[in-house]
Order: sequence, then C-alpha cells, then structure tokens
Amino acid sequence: MYEIVKKEFLSQNIVLMDIKAPRTAKHCYPGQFVIVKMDEKGERIPLTICDYNRDAGTVTIVFQTIGASTKMMAEYEVGDSFRDFVGPLGCKSDLIDESIDELKAKKILFVAGGVGTAPVYPQVKWLHEQGVDVDVIIGARNKELIILEEEMKKVAANVYVTTDDGSYGRTGNVNDCLKALLAEGKEYNHIVAIGPLIMMKFVCLLTKELGIKTIVSMNPIMVDGTGMCGACRLTVGDEIKFACVDGPEFDGHLVNFDEAMKRQQLYKTEEGRALLREKEGATHHGGCGHCE
Amino acid sequence: MADVLKRVPVREQDAKVRVTNFEEVCLGYNMEEAVAEAERCLKCKNPQCQKGCPVNIDIPGFIKEVQTKNIAGAYNVISKYSALPAVCGRVCPQESQCEAKCIRGIKAEPVSIGKLERFVADWARENNIQPKVEAERKGKKVAVIGSGPAGLTCAGDLAKMGYDVTIFEALHEAGGVLVYGIPEFRLPKRTVVKSEIENVKALGVKIETNVIIGKSTTIDQLMDEEGFDAVFIGSGAGLPKFMGIPGENANGVFSANEFLTRNNLMKAFDESYDTPIFRGKKVAVVGGGNVAMDAARTALRLGATTYIVYRRSEEELPARVEEVHHAKEEGIIFKLLTNPTEILVDENGWVKGMTCVEMELGEPDVSGRRKPVVKEGSEFELEVDTVIMSLGTSPNPLITSTTEGLECNRHKCIVADEANGQTSRAGVFAGGDAVTGAATVILAMGAGRAAAKGIDEYLSNK
Repeated sequence: MYEIVKKEFLSQNIVLMDIKAPRTAKHCYPGQFVIVKMDEKGERIPLTICDYNRDAGTVTIVFQTIGASTKMMAEYEVGDSFRDFVGPLGCKSDLIDESIDELKAKKILFVAGGVGTAPVYPQVKWLHEQGVDVDVIIGARNKELIILEEEMKKVAANVYVTTDDGSYGRTGNVNDCLKALLAEGKEYNHIVAIGPLIMMKFVCLLTKELGIKTIVSMNPIMVDGTGMCGACRLTVGDEIKFACVDGPEFDGHLVNFDEAMKRQQLYKTEEGRALLREKEGATHHGGCGHCE
Repeated sequence: MADVLKRVPVREQDAKVRVTNFEEVCLGYNMEEAVAEAERCLKCKNPQCQKGCPVNIDIPGFIKEVQTKNIAGAYNVISKYSALPAVCGRVCPQESQCEAKCIRGIKAEPVSIGKLERFVADWARENNIQPKVEAERKGKKVAVIGSGPAGLTCAGDLAKMGYDVTIFEALHEAGGVLVYGIPEFRLPKRTVVKSEIENVKALGVKIETNVIIGKSTTIDQLMDEEGFDAVFIGSGAGLPKFMGIPGENANGVFSANEFLTRNNLMKAFDESYDTPIFRGKKVAVVGGGNVAMDAARTALRLGATTYIVYRRSEEELPARVEEVHHAKEEGIIFKLLTNPTEILVDENGWVKGMTCVEMELGEPDVSGRRKPVVKEGSEFELEVDTVIMSLGTSPNPLITSTTEGLECNRHKCIVADEANGQTSRAGVFAGGDAVTGAATVILAMGAGRAAAKGIDEYLSNK
C-alpha cells in the first residue's frame, strides 16, 4: 500500500498529492511517469511525475479530475493509501543526460499547458539545480486553471502566464505568447512543450516553421506501462513507437498528432458510461435516450 | 465394463452455454473417473512418459497413488517436481510431451496424464493440503525477477533448498502470463492460480509487486545494495509485434496482449471493474497460436462474431489441438490460408474492415513448414470492426539495457546455459521466454527448475 502524505487542490479540479513510494522516489528522474491503481477494481492510471523527494521517499503527482477514476482518486485523503503505485516508468528527459556546458549553451523555453505544467516543473527545477536557467510559458483557458505559478517562479528565469480569456496574465494561447516573446527580441533554440495534444500539435506547427527543435511529452492510453500491451503506440516519423518504453518524450516535429488524438477517443464512450454509472448509481442503465 | 483402449471422457461445459460466460470449459475428473483412468496406466518398467516431461515428474509414481485413492500421496509425489500442478494439468501441451510418449498410446488412447495431474492438484487444494518444507536455512538471498511460471518454479525450488527468496513483479498482481495472458475459462485465477502462488509463498518466498527491474531498481543495485547473492531473470516475452500494414494504428486494432490483459488482469469483462474493453461486433484475430485462440474465444464471450485469420493451413496451426477443437465447437470461424494486407479505416479513424488475400502452400521454408504464397487475384474484404494482432512478441529491453555485461543473442533474447541458466554475468541466471522467446508454461518451468539447481551449485561453491 502506498500512503498519501500530502494533498492539495491546485484548482477546483486539479489535485496535487505526495505519495510514499521509496523505491520510485529513489530512482526517478524528470520526464518519467508512474502508474497508480487505487483499489482492487481500479484502472491503472498513468501520471507524469511532478516532483520527488529522495530523502523523504515521496513522489508528487498532479492530476485533473476528468473521468470517473480520477474523480474517485480526488476523494482520497491524507492517511489513505493507494493499493498500487509503480514507477518510475518511461525514459528520463533527454536534457538530464546532457552535459551542463551543452545545456548552458542552449536557449531553452518550456511551454506548459494546463495540467501539463506539472511535468514541466521537475525539469525546470532540475535544470535550475544544475545552474541552468530557462524561461517558461504557462498557459490555460482561464485564471482558475493556472497552476504551480509560484513554485515555477522560484526555479525559472522568467515565467510568462497567458490565458485564453485574458482573465490573468497575457491574453491569448501559448502560441500567441511565444510569438510575442520572439517579437520582443527573445531567442530560443530548444523548446519543450507539454500539455493537451491539441496545444502540442499547434506549438509544433509553429516551431517547425520557425525551425526551433521541439520536444513533447505524450500521455496516450496505457495498460501495463512496461512495453507489454502496445496500447500506447504512436507514429513518430516513419516508425511505430511505444510511449511507455520509447518515450514519453519525442521529437514533436515527427509525432503524428492527428492519429494520437483519434486514438485518445478510443474509450471515450466507455469512460462516459463509467462516469454516469458513478453519478447516477444503479439508476443508470444506459440506452434510455434521456441522458447526454 | 469400460473400454480400456479409450480414455475416461472428461466432462466439459456445453459449448452453447460456455460461450456466454467466463467459467472454466473443462470440468475435470471426479474421484471415480480419476481412479478408472489411472487404472489404464500400464506401469511400464521403463516409463517413457516421464522422459517427455520438461520437469521430469514421476508420472507412474503419482498415478499409482491415484489407483489406490491416496490422493494426498499423489500430490506429494508431484510436488517434488512441480510447484504449479493445477496450472500444468490445465495448460501443458501433454499431447506433445508426456502423453505423446505413453506406451498405452501406441495401440490405444494414451493415459490422460494431464487430467489426472489436474485432479490431484485440485483435490489437494480443496482439502487444504500444502506441499511440505523441511529445509535447513542457508542464510543466502536470491532475487527472482518476474512471477510467471519460470520465476515461481525457480523461487519455489530455491525456497525448498533453504534459500531466502524474494520475487519482484512489475505488475500489481503475481502470476505473470498465468494472470494477464491465459483467460479465466482455461485457467481460473482466484481458485487455481492464486492458490498455487499461495503455496509458493507458504514455502517462505516473499513477493514484492509493483517493482520493475531496470526502472524501480537494477540488478546491480539488488546485488550491491540489497545484499542478494544471486539473481534469476524470468521476466517473460515482451513487446507485441505488429504486421506493419496500413491502418494498424486505427482505433479498434489491438495487440492480443492488450486485449487479454484488459480482460484477464484488469477483469474488464466484469462490469464492477473500472478498466474498459472495446467490445467489437465482428472481430478478426490474426495469428494461429494459443494466444490467438485465447483472444478469439475471449472476443466471442464478449459478444462478437469472431474470425481467426491465419496464413497457413490447419495443419500448421501452432495452437494446441484441444484449443482449436474448443474454438471450433464454440463457433469461431477459421479463415485459413488467408493473410491481411490492409486494415480499412473510416473517416473517424475506426476500423471498418480488412483487406485480405488468399494463400497457398509452396515449398518448405527454414522452419520446415511449407511457405504460404499469395494466390494471384484473390484479394477480398472482410467486414470487421476490431482486429486483434496475435503475432508473437519481441524481447523487452528494460533489463538487458540496464545490466552491463549481460549478453544477448541476435534476437535480443538473453543468452543463458540451458543446463543451469547461467548468463554471461556471474551470479545472474535466466530462463523462460526472456531466453527462448515466446514458448510454453511448462518449458519456462523447466528452465526455472534448471536455474534453481544452477544457482544452488553456484552459491554452494561460492
């Protein structure tokens, strides 16, 4: 069992938790992910690592309550335990293996969208600890969905916040912000973009035009997360890659985002059904035509 | 008087009923049937059956006990050789091993050794009999990676010799392929698999789930930091293969591993579990092995019209005859000498069909089987909404890429001595699918047993 030692709502539906998992905490690096299974009947839910404390043996996860499972997960409190917690899975960020001189020579920008800010944070923090300072754009639909801004400011050179509706920071999406920064004279030659698929797709379209190398972190549907099932396969360039063992980070200019977005829809109806069952209990039988 | 030339038939769930449930197909013998079948054993002076068994079970020895209804005695005989008799009695290909060598089988049907083994193991479970342990503790620690048939056997044998054994399992449940791969209707999880694992634990073996070697820790760290004196790698087969044809990433195309894992490990067939599974209406399973049969029969039970699409003929089907027979009985449609060339995709990215070509058998290839060649102008469309690829696996690099000095062959399988499991690294042994590529439960068990002996020799001389 894996105990929850800290829980905090970062927004109305984004939750941060510290989980006691010494083996994972000891061996994980930025860019990797874990799989959480709440209880006997739960799904295996992949979540990117947001932070870790090797001494305390804890790993920080951040998740948005979008389906029945994550809603239930958000109801767990400090002192409760998850039945299963496995990791670290996937490869660490490529930046981790580069020399400090190489990293310092780069002009790095992180583009974080919504809950994607969580996996960006440990990379920026790790770079800061190596003496490499980077810029970060945090974007979201509105002010409510901007998370980890204060934490990020402590480890980044500059943090630029932008909201689609202008309710906080600059107005516009992350691409508008990126274009504005470049117009203001900023220079970048390495971008890491993590967020919703649609955001990563459009960032990559722009940066391809601009000729700036861009890394993205993919979070497709998974089951085991160890390379056994192939559910997480993606087309990257001409090759089929498994996000769980080959990724989750890939060269964004080679990823087939349209296919990835279609594959994300695979269980949408099943997930929708599970959510309804949870909301309406036994009264929900499906097929009556009265529910959405 | 029963016909001594014929086996005592085993009772099965009726095909019409069983396609609507996930309960076990074969119901096994009762005491009376088992004794009658045991009586058919010729008590050969030079028993060939034992030579056909990869773990060398004293088959005439346990059958003799069944004849006198001393089932506890029979269980003790089997337990000396196998930690998983209830599993093996169900999933071993006996027809090509022990039963193929049975002298009774020369002029009549061979003795139903598998069904007798199963009866003995089930009886022991139902009567709460556990294998005995009486080994002196050796004070040495062995790590076993993977809790499938190879790992469980190796761990059980080492524990019986007195070693302190810990199994590390990457998934949340112990059992490996016995849990995620083989379906409930062939191998019940709660009763059979779980209780055999409990028996291994009763020997003193510790099982730590959710530890993925190569990620959560490494073999070097296990040996240097956690004090393990030797390591056995039984990590299994690995990454599923795909065909590389157009449309393979469409929604509705799954690997057999994914489909079976969702259904078996995650229990998606049971509505009270949260993991979803895509219930297609028309499913094509591509491949002809046991895994393909398992996937097809699972899809059928989830309500689909199901095809097996296989490029060679019935004779070359790698699946067990019993499984093919059961699949046919249940109404699986066999499209033999048929090969897919493209998966057809609708405008939303979902499978809507599969283009196939008919094949005919040509000259024998390197495997000795006649090579299928495309029949000119035979292209046709098969209307399906789901395609399940069951084409085998390629090795998972997680362990080999994080363990220095561990030699692999050109197929990227770990190189290990067949006799004792020794790899190119001192103190590191390996066996099962990680070494051979995808094979059978009993071959993995045989390798686990050989490695346990190898580890004992290594640690005794250290």
